Amino acid sequence: MSSVEAYEKPVPVPDPDSAPFWAGCREQRLLLQHCEACGHNQFPPSNVCAHCGSGGLSWKQASGAGKVFSWIVVRHPVPKPVYAQDVPYVVALVELAEGPRMPSNILGCSPEAVVADMPVRVTFKQVTDEVVLPLFEPA
Amino acid sequence: MGSARKSAYALKDKYAIVGIGTTDYSANSGRTVRALAIEASANAIADAGLKPADIDGIVSYNFNDSAPAIAVATGLDIPNAGYAVDFLAGGNAANLIVLSAVAAIEAGLADTVVCYRAMNGRSGFRLGGGREFRALGPTQYTAPFGWITYPQAMAMWCRRYQIEYGLTPEQLGNVAVTLRENAVLNPRAMQRKPMSMEDYLASRMIVDPFRLFDICLETDGACAVVVTSAERARDMKQKPVYIMGGAYGGGPQQGDDLFDCIRWPDHSKNYSHYIADDLWRSAGITPKDVDVAEIYDCFTYSILMQLEGLGFCGLGEAGSFIADGHIRRDGKLPVNTHGGLLSEGYIHGFNHVIEAVEQLRGQSGPRQIADAEIALTTAGAMTCGSAMILRR
Repeated sequence: MSSVEAYEKPVPVPDPDSAPFWAGCREQRLLLQHCEACGHNQFPPSNVCAHCGSGGLSWKQASGAGKVFSWIVVRHPVPKPVYAQDVPYVVALVELAEGPRMPSNILGCSPEAVVADMPVRVTFKQVTDEVVLPLFEPA
Repeated sequence: MGSARKSAYALKDKYAIVGIGTTDYSANSGRTVRALAIEASANAIADAGLKPADIDGIVSYNFNDSAPAIAVATGLDIPNAGYAVDFLAGGNAANLIVLSAVAAIEAGLADTVVCYRAMNGRSGFRLGGGREFRALGPTQYTAPFGWITYPQAMAMWCRRYQIEYGLTPEQLGNVAVTLRENAVLNPRAMQRKPMSMEDYLASRMIVDPFRLFDICLETDGACAVVVTSAERARDMKQKPVYIMGGAYGGGPQQGDDLFDCIRWPDHSKNYSHYIADDLWRSAGITPKDVDVAEIYDCFTYSILMQLEGLGFCGLGEAGSFIADGHIRRDGKLPVNTHGGLLSEGYIHGFNHVIEAVEQLRGQSGPRQIADAEIALTTAGAMTCGSAMILRR
């Protein structure tokens, strides 16, 4: 069994609303839904615009730029066997330049270096044969 | 925040809690959740001076970790359980189920209703441990990044408050220490060992900004209450505790499940900001009239948001409000006089209702707040929640 197949962390299970988003990640493109009616950009994906209710949504590539809206530093791993090697790790709510927020990890700096509004940029990591996750690092 | 609703709870003092019951609170009950639910419910019915045959409704809430209402009705041999309903919900529903019992009675669906929460929260399904590990639905946007547990969820809110207003470890620690002082006086409490600020600060960091003592307990146990009309309550064994007011809700963009807060506008404020106007209007009182407050405390931080949201202090002022001693038992707003979820036990917020009723009946022994006439109970900490105003 390859190391990729041994990946033990939760992997996203795409659904009809989210499949284009995860497909975009596999191509290293961060896609957001854009409302053709009111111009609202949204994440997470939905069948309708959360702002005006329109079903006229298209997918647009985001710039990948954002800033840290809030963050935590996980020091106690849960479940322990799965995350013991990773702690401490940072989970952040990243506010994308296009408006929506996105939960992700901040890589490429120590947890202590993360501050509010810190500029970050998307990077992509293949974790299984099927799944690529959008992660962020200091811009 | 303002109220977007035209209506509010409109049954002031028309319904009452007439019985309360609990089990022991422990880390390993060695019993089924069904058995715990039946014991607490039977105790509440007996406390009211009633028999199971007098009950015709039963309502609870759970995360698929409890015994359903019909199982408890069956165990109690309730001959005609009309309103037997389960809410798939978290602590947000701990007051909602009581309000829904009132609504059911008002609608003629039942006359006298048992409300309960039962769980083997430590030895069985541990809510704090993690959620469904397959990242389906809203979880696909959180769990793949190791954002899995409720402490991890609420820590994200707390950090946002810290960014907005500033927040010191000691300001959170004051909550943990104050509630432990109350638990020391409570024979039912699971944690009765005194806690100092030094103890709090020395507790290990679980998910920064939360230490171990910022996080509530995990408990096996059950709580139940009996609700009926004020008219019927007058002839019963206990002094009725009247439901003056109540509210349930949250703001816009409450999310796709109880964890999801991606689109929530401002994580320094929770549901309480949105229901405050409805709550106070329904009871016809203001925050100054509250003698004792049992505030949902899954985490220390949860209390800060609710003190501000319900108007006990201004935005960003909860840390200093607490540091000034106002939530201590000798302060102007005694909070979680039983020790709360942090130190009494975690019956998913329903133990707050039990404590409020005991305080208003004057049955709280050494932890009794003198002349407590009006109590607040709240339930929930994130995007949706419920609250009640009770009076003796």
